[in-house]
Amino acid sequence: MKARQLFVGIACAGLVATAVFASKAEAQGIYVPLLTYRTGPYANSGIPIANGMHDYLTMLNERDGGIGGVKLNVEECETGYDTKKGVECWESLKGKNPAVVNPYSTGITLQIIPKAAVDKIPILSMAYGLSASAVGEKFPWIFNPPTTYWDGMSMIMRYIGGKEGGLDKLKGKTVGFIFLESGYGREPLPLLQQFAKDYGFTVKEYSVAGKEMQDQSAQWLAVRRDRPEWMIMWGWGAMNPTAIKRAAENGFTMDRFIGIWWSGSDDDGRGGGAAAKGYLALNINGLGSNYPAIQDIKKYVVDKGKSQVEKDKFAENFYNRGVYNSVLVAEAIRNAQKLSGKKVVVGEDVRRGLETLHITDARWKELGFPNFAAPITGVNCTDHNGHGPAYMTQWDGAKWVKVSDWIHPIKEKVRPLLQEAADEYATKTTGWPKRTEACDKAS
Amino acid sequence: MGILYNIFIDPFVQMGQAPDLFVQTLWEGLVGGMLYALIALGFVLIFKASGVFNFAQGIMVVFAALTLVGLHTAGVPAFLALGLTIAVMFALAWTIERVVLRPLVNQPDIILFMATFGITYFLIGFGEFVFGGDPKVMITEALYLPKGSITYKAFGGIVSLQRLDIVAVIVASIMVAVLAVFFSKTRIGRALRAVADSHSAALSVGISLEQIWVIVWFAAGLVALVTGIFWGARSDVSFALEVIALKALPVLILGGFTSIPGAIVGGLIIGIGEKLGEFYWGPLVGSGTDAWFAYVIALVFLLFRPQGLFGEKIIERV
Repeated sequence: MKARQLFVGIACAGLVATAVFASKAEAQGIYVPLLTYRTGPYANSGIPIANGMHDYLTMLNERDGGIGGVKLNVEECETGYDTKKGVECWESLKGKNPAVVNPYSTGITLQIIPKAAVDKIPILSMAYGLSASAVGEKFPWIFNPPTTYWDGMSMIMRYIGGKEGGLDKLKGKTVGFIFLESGYGREPLPLLQQFAKDYGFTVKEYSVAGKEMQDQSAQWLAVRRDRPEWMIMWGWGAMNPTAIKRAAENGFTMDRFIGIWWSGSDDDGRGGGAAAKGYLALNINGLGSNYPAIQDIKKYVVDKGKSQVEKDKFAENFYNRGVYNSVLVAEAIRNAQKLSGKKVVVGEDVRRGLETLHITDARWKELGFPNFAAPITGVNCTDHNGHGPAYMTQWDGAKWVKVSDWIHPIKEKVRPLLQEAADEYATKTTGWPKRTEACDKAS
Repeated sequence: MGILYNIFIDPFVQMGQAPDLFVQTLWEGLVGGMLYALIALGFVLIFKASGVFNFAQGIMVVFAALTLVGLHTAGVPAFLALGLTIAVMFALAWTIERVVLRPLVNQPDIILFMATFGITYFLIGFGEFVFGGDPKVMITEALYLPKGSITYKAFGGIVSLQRLDIVAVIVASIMVAVLAVFFSKTRIGRALRAVADSHSAALSVGISLEQIWVIVWFAAGLVALVTGIFWGARSDVSFALEVIALKALPVLILGGFTSIPGAIVGGLIIGIGEKLGEFYWGPLVGSGTDAWFAYVIALVFLLFRPQGLFGEKIIERV
């Protein structure tokens, strides 16, 4: 009799303890750290993205009470776009059960990739970071949807090919590539060189060190000397508006100058002045505030003074980019809740959620973003990217304007090279673990 | 053999084949060099007055430019905003002297140097608090700074001079000349030299250390404002401007930390040298040389003149 009472007592105590822990965990919410940079030399690119990421998640808390009834505990860690500080952020947040980490720097991403599997925290490097991390078999903890830098380069080449009447028409011509001297800037170079080899054109590289990004006069004089037919830019921060100004000063035709999606903020266009008119940049997200969910952000966050965004910069291009990033985070958390059956999900659950990310046109609409972005339907166990399309935008002197339909990447060229690069990374990195994580049915 | 040709022959062949680009590169180097000289002068003045390398010079450039743009954005007319910014830079110099420097008189130089770190981080935080981290556009039109370029058909091609750059060179030259004369030919200049030699000796003959420090920090603030206006107009006004001041480091190594002519000549050598280096020799190493080539130039000079071009030769008897 006593033994039975004891057993029942222990079971009850266990149930009560579980309930207490569960409610405590729910009260703490789902921890979503955001590595942001509102200070330092790259703040002009970092601030709108930080605002967009923060405001969408805050809107979910305010409008819906979080996700699945659990509030999101959103916390920013200031990196100043400094890799060392980014790694410090990782070390300080890893013990708090983060759902996912958004590094917002390719340099930081490269440093924390080896830590992700060890600390069981997924990394979402949305359309940046290591392109090869799209290979899920080698990088089970890293996700970079909706498209990689290599895809971006292939889209730019496809666009150029369209204007030239075929990529083969580039034979004997010169394409210039100006880039921030960093892991980010150098990331697409192997693919560009491969294109040059395949289509017989010459690549001229113009590297811009961080300390020189507000000058660039020598680089653009070299462009004037080399007379490339097209210029492609992988710039960031103050490098972008300066490059646009120097390009104009040296007589480069603006509608033959194309930036990657990170070289196309409104501040880049404005900073370039009147000379920026005609400059092109790829884009992956919708422009403006004419989306129900963006209006909800205004209603629940901005108008209530819970955002740091300046009212005239609300829903600018990079703000919407930050929102896009947070939509992916939120969808991954929802998937994780469904897959794990838990309300308060942690990194291991959200990794599965990211691996089953699936946002159709209908789902975008349901989320309040009709026609905001291309569907994300290709992410699965083996493909952590999806290799989605982007479209071309052009600065009209005051704002970005869409000037093309969706441009799809040349996946048949990109994917084998990514596979090769991923294999090489895993081979060269001592002790790189083999994937042991199971694939969920949905993926 | 091919490498030797590419290094020692080909660049000079290119200079001969396209003299217009050579002249254009020289001009870009001259513009950059004059602005480097101006920044270096700010460092030299403070170094002469207190024996301290002012780590805060870069953030002073940002702070001055942001103050100017911020005031104008708030509705203050451009030239009044300019005057008010000058007043703010004076107030900053006075505050630094009262709050930071005065309590540290006769302390080791390293203490003063570390204090400039403190000033830097305070100004970064204060600047971000007041103005935010968003980039601003310099008020070039309101200040009647010219736009566009003047293009000459010359040297077998085209040489294009940005009007803004021409004004930058003229203003920087005038400012450098005025400051150089002021600090070498006037009573304050002599007092500055006395302070540079010994704080306590200067105090003992009645020189006001406090006054000298306020003057040199104010002069450094003016230099920062002019630098901020022109670099801000060439790019944008953001905290990225802070790194521009670091371009003065090789200038100081080359010209000497205590020499006003050294700052000017050093600025020009570094400005022109790094542009020529990047343009003609940069492609050999994948470009991007201008971040470090300036230091190579400075170090080569140091091999022959360890005290810098115009630096004072230090002879210590043992």
